[in-house]
Amino acid sequence: MIWFDRMFAIAAKEARQLRRDRVTFGMIIGVPVLQMLLFGYAINFDVRDVDAAVLDQSRSSLSRQLVGDLQATQVLHVVREAGSEQELRELMQRGDARVGIVIAASIERRLFEGDRPAVQLLVDGSQPSLENLAQGLGSMPVLQRAGARTSGARRFEIRTEYNPARRTAVQIVPALIGTILTMTMVIFTSGAVVRERERGNLELLITTPVTRGELLAGKLLPYVVIGLIQTTLILAVGRILFGVPMVGSLVDLYLGALVFIAAALALGLFISTIAQTQFQAFQMAFVTMLPSILLSGFMFPFEGMPAAAQALAQVLPLTHFNEIIRGITLRGATLADMHVPLLKLVIFLAVMFSLAAVRFRKRLD
Amino acid sequence: MTVAISARGLTRRFGPVIAVNGIDLDVPRAQIYGFLGPNGSGKSTTIRMLCGLLVPSSGTVSVLGYDVPREAETVRRKLGYMTQRFSLWDDLTVTENLEFMCRIYGLDAMTRRARLEERIRDYDLASFAGQRAGTLSGGQRQRLALAAATLHNPELLLLDEPTSAVDPQNRRDFWENLFALVARGTTILVSTHYMDEAERCHRLAILDLGSIAAEGEPKQLARDIDATVIEIECADLTAARHALATVPAVRSMAQLGKRLHVLVHRDAVDPERELGAALAGHCADARIERVGATLEDVFVAATQLRRLSMERAA
Repeated sequence: MIWFDRMFAIAAKEARQLRRDRVTFGMIIGVPVLQMLLFGYAINFDVRDVDAAVLDQSRSSLSRQLVGDLQATQVLHVVREAGSEQELRELMQRGDARVGIVIAASIERRLFEGDRPAVQLLVDGSQPSLENLAQGLGSMPVLQRAGARTSGARRFEIRTEYNPARRTAVQIVPALIGTILTMTMVIFTSGAVVRERERGNLELLITTPVTRGELLAGKLLPYVVIGLIQTTLILAVGRILFGVPMVGSLVDLYLGALVFIAAALALGLFISTIAQTQFQAFQMAFVTMLPSILLSGFMFPFEGMPAAAQALAQVLPLTHFNEIIRGITLRGATLADMHVPLLKLVIFLAVMFSLAAVRFRKRLD
Repeated sequence: MTVAISARGLTRRFGPVIAVNGIDLDVPRAQIYGFLGPNGSGKSTTIRMLCGLLVPSSGTVSVLGYDVPREAETVRRKLGYMTQRFSLWDDLTVTENLEFMCRIYGLDAMTRRARLEERIRDYDLASFAGQRAGTLSGGQRQRLALAAATLHNPELLLLDEPTSAVDPQNRRDFWENLFALVARGTTILVSTHYMDEAERCHRLAILDLGSIAAEGEPKQLARDIDATVIEIECADLTAARHALATVPAVRSMAQLGKRLHVLVHRDAVDPERELGAALAGHCADARIERVGATLEDVFVAATQLRRLSMERAA
């Protein structure tokens, strides 16, 4: 089994070099943990404690009760009382308040007659996610209660399946696996191959009897292991810190992850056949990263994108992996249920690896 | 079979640039064959074509009886290659590097251990065997690279400027190692731009502008030089140079310490007298003597004179 010996020799060498490269080694553990903390804690679509300013023109008991109720929801936090409309605008312009609450002087009459709005909410549209918040606030029971005439009955009952508490971390953390794997797999592998070219190691290696397959497989093998370690790390941290559930089968999840890791490695390998320097490889890897993060449905719903962006997203392996991973971890789907995105991943893998293999030659020209 | 490498009409273009231009080559077995030439003369490109790293634009190559690049993979098992730059792994130790290359060449565990021990002893690597290759001196690296290139006992060694970053003492030791390898039947092709190294080769090809300007045994090349070599010793060599520059038969001059080597056209009837006449009045004390050509003279004659005649023709 000479091919196995040679492949293993290359893999062992790669692993040894990796262990000695403290910075890179630290990144393998550090990047997933850091990203988890960043995304898990910082990205939060359930907006709370938004700074608000009140312009109360009525100064009645009803208006005070209304402001109190708004505060009690914890969505808004009244930081200032404005004396005039002018002052309110200035507060918002400076960013001291993101939401302005204007209570009309004739609030009681307006509420009773119900033909004109009694309360106006000014929302800072320059901030993401606040628009939705205002939509939510508009239909809040507190305002309905104050406006006695409107019925409290809701037309729809909305239940959020698979994430009943509607916690952002539950949506984000599983998708982080793919995002982080894309980063490390594509950047590390493309860098690892190009580094050997830069340092002249490759010129020596390709004049030995080692075959292309042995060389490429040996170089990728350690990164497969790293990918699986990172997957485990993210799952564990997600569970411990953010209570992200794991509904589906772990075997399915790791199998899916393995296919995705292979796809990301193939992409890294392909980049390495084009890039001449590590810096170029890094730039190219970065170019594939950004659309992956933005278009894969990691943070923004896929359905809201224009057709061209959706088409581009179809080409990105992360899109399909996010579909698979959310299905398995949150909805308890099996890999068989996820066969459509899985098949797309396999196609990507096959095409990318063939391209890389065709371009990688044991020659210098 | 007595020829290790044979090439006919070997040519390589990079876009509009012709790096190697129709080289014919016959490298005998169990000898050291040298490529002597300035930077950019096509030495590295030729060596890379011989080991299948570059595909010739035209021409044929046969290495150890195999057609290259078609049968390059077969040749690679019998070939050791040392690149111009140190190309082992800086972040692996000496032993780890050698061990890795053993595995790449597919040596089994028994052979591996024996070979490793042997190379560490022969190339005097024991004192820094556990050190990372990146921390070695130029001479140590060269020994390590040679040890790695010979782990699988190759029939043919291709060495691309192996000593360019090595001090003279280490260069001498390095060449002792090469002769030991040749004694065991290895064929070595080495490129260099050092005259003293070229002098040690059994045969030599002087490369210039992608072609072979002269080829043969170093001694033979010196005998066959296409010029008469006159050595001049005098107090004011600068004045002597100026004076001699006006003599039509003088083809080139090179200063060696306190002496001046002047290459004079072969057809000049009495060059000593001609030069003496030119020097009279400039350097009264000049000592003029006809000498045997050094390899440097051969190199100058082969490269500079060839360029000169090409310019004249154009």
